[in-house]
Amino acid sequence: MRELTYTEALLEAFREEMRRDDKVFHLCGGLGVLEQLIPEFGADRVRVCPISEEAYVGASIGAAGSGFRPIVSPGMMTFAFTAMDQIVNQMAKIHYMFGGQAAFPIVFRASTGGGRSAAAQHSQSPHPMFMNLAGLKLLMPATPYDAKGLMKSAIRDNNPVVFFEDQMLGPRGVTSPIPEEEYTVPIGVADVKRQGRDVTVIAISKMVFEALEAAEALASDGISVEVVDPRTLVPMDKATLRASVQKTGRVVIVDEACVTCSAASEIMAVLTEDAATFRALQTPPKRVCAPDVPIPYSPVMEQFCLPDRDRIIQGIRDVLS
Amino acid sequence: MHIADFSVGMLGANGIVGAGMPIATGAALAAQLEGSDRVSVAFFGDGASNEGAFHGSLNLASIWKLPVIFVCENNRWAVSVPATYALSVEDVSARAAAYNIPGITVDGTDVLAVYEAADQAVRRARAGEGPSLIECKTHRWRIHSEQRGNPADPRPRDEVEIGPQHDPLQILGSSLQAQGVATAEHLEQIESEVQQAVENAIDFAKSSPLPRPEDALLDVFAP
Repeated sequence: MRELTYTEALLEAFREEMRRDDKVFHLCGGLGVLEQLIPEFGADRVRVCPISEEAYVGASIGAAGSGFRPIVSPGMMTFAFTAMDQIVNQMAKIHYMFGGQAAFPIVFRASTGGGRSAAAQHSQSPHPMFMNLAGLKLLMPATPYDAKGLMKSAIRDNNPVVFFEDQMLGPRGVTSPIPEEEYTVPIGVADVKRQGRDVTVIAISKMVFEALEAAEALASDGISVEVVDPRTLVPMDKATLRASVQKTGRVVIVDEACVTCSAASEIMAVLTEDAATFRALQTPPKRVCAPDVPIPYSPVMEQFCLPDRDRIIQGIRDVLS
Repeated sequence: MHIADFSVGMLGANGIVGAGMPIATGAALAAQLEGSDRVSVAFFGDGASNEGAFHGSLNLASIWKLPVIFVCENNRWAVSVPATYALSVEDVSARAAAYNIPGITVDGTDVLAVYEAADQAVRRARAGEGPSLIECKTHRWRIHSEQRGNPADPRPRDEVEIGPQHDPLQILGSSLQAQGVATAEHLEQIESEVQQAVENAIDFAKSSPLPRPEDALLDVFAP
């Protein structure tokens, strides 16, 4: 089976879905790899926009409500904060406020995360903010396989779906075996990336790879780590997360976001409010997140802030003691 | 509170000043992509013309020649802030030139003048020539929104009284009668029919049952 990178997998998803439905089109802040789609689909369906996120994110809403299926890509999520009214007050609410008179099938994709000394404004993980916005679905796939499958599902979903891609997954050269046959990954279903018995590590986006490295390192110490990837943050697959913790009795939740109100916080609530999961816990659950600071530019300072394999290992040892 | 009727192409009122303009621009983009002759119209006030959404939308619609008409109802007040203070220009229509699109100021109380400007803008849009900005100068009648507790009107007394003196329907009615197109009785009959329709709607609303409280959980997502 061929191995594809994150970007190659997403491009395949775009090609397949744009061939399947000619209402699918792109609005982007910069063409980048999307340029590769123009020879087949034309510049009308792959449109680069002036740097005016409020205008073109808003336009994606108008186009979606008028029968089209836009994929809007401002590039980094940080750039799209100028479009927050259109995301918060319009995109998330328009279907509800107008009693379901029209559907607004929008994929809002952007990159998040730190790890390359891009400084505070270009290194953040704002996904927790979006989890709290009723009316948006939120996906954060870690692997190219999940990314392709979830992007196809996102495009077919008749709602606004926020799709965050960690900006390090390309540079890290992560690949997955991708089948030749078409497939989708369902929204709202978590994935156990590694089976284990002693402790559950729930990890978000690129932290999945850090968690897998931690699991591998601890295997030689006789510690069996189960790694669970939620893949979808909204709607979250609570059943799979709870089942894993009921099995192992111990949990570390790794999330690159700042700790306060992180996705890890919500997951911790989801686990501990469930009676069966709560009773199964042998030790308190642990969050491994960034501290509540803007992510620093200095490489050593940034490394200090971002969770990594070693901090996950420490977290695992903490919940095992 | 913010109503919409997609069946007649009314894509919704908006509680956020200016936020409808990007959405209307997107509906126009859809019309262009599907090759239809549909035209999108965004209504907003003088205050909204200071919002980033206005500037971004006009620029985007201009470079793509989208079939959208931006209609500014300039009643010279934005919530509690007068246009004489907030606007950097006398006429909002002057801002069209900055985006290389036509801008026109008309007397917003003159139905036929507004019709004429709209007609031209629609033809332009359908000919693929792009967006237009129409500024309709008018007068505010009441305060910004209907609120409980009778908040104070920030306007000077003489401004408060001007609005009803320039009632577009009365102006049109007088003109139609002067031209012998309609009689006073005919106009009164129309007035009375409309009044009845409004009262019927109010009665219907008041006598309709309240929704089930748990219906609050519906329609967050489309199926």
